[in-house]
Amino acid sequence: MKFIIARKIGMTRLWKDDKVIPVTVLKAGPCYVVQKKTVEKDGYNAVQLGFEEVSEKKVTKPMLGVFKKANLKPMRVLKEFRVDDVDKYTVGQEITVAIFEEGDKIDITGWSKGRGFAGAMKRWNFQGGPRAHGAKFHRELGSVGQHTEPARIFKGKKMPGRYGNERITILNSEVVKIDPENHLLAVKGGVPGARGSLVLIRSAVKPK
Amino acid sequence: MSMDNLVRIIEKTQMKEVPEFRPGDTVRVHVKVKEGDKERIQAYEGIVISIRGSGISKTFTVRRIAAGGIGVERIFPLYAPTIDKIEVVRRGKVRRAKLYYLRDVKGKVKIKERKQ
Repeated sequence: MKFIIARKIGMTRLWKDDKVIPVTVLKAGPCYVVQKKTVEKDGYNAVQLGFEEVSEKKVTKPMLGVFKKANLKPMRVLKEFRVDDVDKYTVGQEITVAIFEEGDKIDITGWSKGRGFAGAMKRWNFQGGPRAHGAKFHRELGSVGQHTEPARIFKGKKMPGRYGNERITILNSEVVKIDPENHLLAVKGGVPGARGSLVLIRSAVKPK
Repeated sequence: MSMDNLVRIIEKTQMKEVPEFRPGDTVRVHVKVKEGDKERIQAYEGIVISIRGSGISKTFTVRRIAAGGIGVERIFPLYAPTIDKIEVVRRGKVRRAKLYYLRDVKGKVKIKERKQ
């Protein structure tokens, strides 16, 4: 199991053989193992990674103690990754993009762009009505049910509401390019979230 | 470092050395053509009428008059691996970035030579 924390940088295209493929560039790591969670102590096995160093003023005193204990600088982002065997990792260990190889299948978790209160067309891809030719039905969602029977709207009916800003995981994305020197990773296709947003990467759990 | 620069770093790994040319220049593009499992090089010569995009996505359009007086335009990605090499045959002096007016020119296209 490989994993790392990254930030989304932006998209571009790269050549693979004679074909252009769209890629997203991520700045991944360097991350450091801050804590280890074990079944005996915490009830589950996980490794806590820290990402992006910050000044000591930015973290609370209790957190500062955690970093001191691990002999690390304070970090902005802390995320846990479940592992089967914690003993493979040591506190203070550095994790960089170099753990990945080109062609690796990975899962990418991000937080999608928040779209606020969105209509049915944007949120559920409803068709809407004609925009002109005297139509009076444009971006509405249309009928939401029947009449006397069942005399209610079914639960889960697709309607306008809050859209976006949710945790989304892209399965089986591919590592296209690695730049260990600059801690950069190029992955095939898109990644949820805005540029500069946080992204979690782990090797694919359901490879095809 | 700004985020755009980081994208450029990744792009640069695939950007190869290409000669400098501008719209109005005549270039000869050596294209790799696959025929079955054999590969050969084919040259395509014409006037560069447009250069667009930036970084690895940069493309250029080459216009030439083929047999029968029919204008042919090909758009090449500047850093395509299918391009073996690009030769600048003649440097032209033009006052526009996009030479789309050449599509309407009847007869021979005259472009003055640019001195270095």
